[in-house]
Amino acid sequence: MAEKITLDQSISIFERMLLMRRFEEAVLHLSHEKHFFGHFHVYIGQEATGAATLEVLRDDDLILTTHRNHGHVVGRGAEPGKAFAEIMGRADGFNGGRGGTLHLCDRSRGFLSTSAVVGGAIGLSLGAAFRLKQVNEGAIAVAFFGDGSLEEGIAMEALNVAALYELPVLLMCENNSAGGAGAAAGEYPSSEMAAKIADLPKAFGIPTEVVDGEDVRAVYTAVTNAVERIRGGEGPFFIEAITERWPGTKPLWPELATGITDIALAWEREKIGGEHARWIRDHDPVLRFARELQEFWDVTQDKIMEMDRQVDEQVAAAKNFAVASPFPEPDSAVHGVFVQSENRQ
Amino acid sequence: MTKISHAQALVDALHGSMARDPSISLIGSYVLGLGPLRFLVSKIRDDFGDRVFDPPCAEAAIASLGIGAAMAGGRPFVDIGTASFVFEAWSQIVNEAANAHYMSGGQITVPIVFHMLHGLRGGGAAQHSHSPQAMMWNNPGLEIVLPASPRDAKGLLNTAIASDNPTIVLDHAKLLGIEGEVPDGDYKIPFGVADVKREGSDVTVVATSRMVQVALEAADRLSGDGIDVEVVDPRTIVPLDKEAICASVEKTGRLVVADETNVSCGIASEISAMVAEQAFSSLRAPIMRVARPDVTMPFSPPLEDHLTPSADKIVDAVMKTLG
Repeated sequence: MAEKITLDQSISIFERMLLMRRFEEAVLHLSHEKHFFGHFHVYIGQEATGAATLEVLRDDDLILTTHRNHGHVVGRGAEPGKAFAEIMGRADGFNGGRGGTLHLCDRSRGFLSTSAVVGGAIGLSLGAAFRLKQVNEGAIAVAFFGDGSLEEGIAMEALNVAALYELPVLLMCENNSAGGAGAAAGEYPSSEMAAKIADLPKAFGIPTEVVDGEDVRAVYTAVTNAVERIRGGEGPFFIEAITERWPGTKPLWPELATGITDIALAWEREKIGGEHARWIRDHDPVLRFARELQEFWDVTQDKIMEMDRQVDEQVAAAKNFAVASPFPEPDSAVHGVFVQSENRQ
Repeated sequence: MTKISHAQALVDALHGSMARDPSISLIGSYVLGLGPLRFLVSKIRDDFGDRVFDPPCAEAAIASLGIGAAMAGGRPFVDIGTASFVFEAWSQIVNEAANAHYMSGGQITVPIVFHMLHGLRGGGAAQHSHSPQAMMWNNPGLEIVLPASPRDAKGLLNTAIASDNPTIVLDHAKLLGIEGEVPDGDYKIPFGVADVKREGSDVTVVATSRMVQVALEAADRLSGDGIDVEVVDPRTIVPLDKEAICASVEKTGRLVVADETNVSCGIASEISAMVAEQAFSSLRAPIMRVARPDVTMPFSPPLEDHLTPSADKIVDAVMKTLG
């Protein structure tokens, strides 16, 4: 089906993508400068999927995401300063420093608990959808998860239950393992015996679509169609969005393998070089959509560069906010396990 | 006040709560197990059919569904059935529900109730006889409730449903048929408040769940020998009424803890350690534990009986504290 995506929507999507990209580049920098420690996971290379999906959603839709949550959280409009602060374990973080990168969430923007247990998001999304169906105001649940989640038992149980109870949930599978170099190169390919990931939801009778996750317009069209059907009471919908894994996404320690993104490479393509030139030229969704903005909507290069400059300013300010935020008081660590009430002595 | 069964008291609490609060759903087909009292749940199905769900055999997904629904503003009552099945949903309960409030920095609450029947029902064998509450206690973030009488069942269940924390209510198949006086109408019993089920002056026996009834039986026998036993029922282990337990030990000077969890890292062990730490100067004898030995539960009745914590074993333990 052909979808009409407007200029305004495209600009909004591109702004989300720029924010996702610049945010993650800043996270890599903060890690490198030792402002925080430990594993983290970045969304670089997957911005088209997340931004296009978030553009379709309503404010009252509920979102479950995973350890790879930064793009979803800031793309949804959550304050990047509080997101940086949480990643760095500071008191002004969304979770007061108690969750860190793995559990970043903003309840006011519709995120429920962010589970870093593979498959956890899919399971919780069942409940979000169950509740929304009872409330019956047309809001839906969205689960963002990776191809690896489908290896977990909970994912299979969840597909069955979602179909059985006709739950209003959009299951957004972000397959970033396709075409990768495999385990020998430090990448994590899915170990699925299913011939195609999309065969799994189909086995449970769930409507399924496979899209190019790097193509904003394709994702937007697929998600719009799916969301309309889900809101219409047709039950769950499964979308597999395929992206080629960003060369910097390693299972343990991400690296800024393609450098700070130069937006001008969207139109100065002859200047694309380096070890990962092919990925930048053929698979960077931010550069691709910058080109499409020019070609389909006649957005000028100046306008695009100006948007990027504004995002840079926003990210810089957010970083400063986070770096200035204090750590939480140590003895506060013992508080906050339970909600207190007069019914608990 | 009316004399009703433990099972009826549970149903009354759940029915009353569902009548008051449309956000409560019942998810699970075997709230009252498989015994003759199971039909008492029919009233809930009849009156609130659109809020009663029979799940597939998928504890992980169903637990997740309940947990996610609770995070999204519902109050699900999820029945797991036999407590041994909770292990299928273990990651969801201990690593999602229990953590969410803390790791979200307070943004998320999980007002869910999980209900299950724990313990030695007789012939359950290895895979259907667990009392997992000690394992749950060792994972922060879960309220754990062990009603031992019909009056406690109704009041504690009302509090569990109203609680904004993830709450595990562990009942016992052998308690369901026991009758007792229950106040009419709605009432809540606060968590963290123990109940002295029998006052006494010679020895304190702390017991939970079915072991409260067993302890009362042991106390009756001992009273014939002139030994006056105080039976203290914590009613909830999280939160635990440490003050009441220690106050009783300060009065009697002797402690036996009777529980159906396995002895190592079990409830009896934790309560013993707590009393040894906080009321040591009151103790006139070492603390005795009466618990399940660390043995896989066999099927054959004489084998199972040999391993079951009993009134005899409590009597023996009491005598040891006096000897």
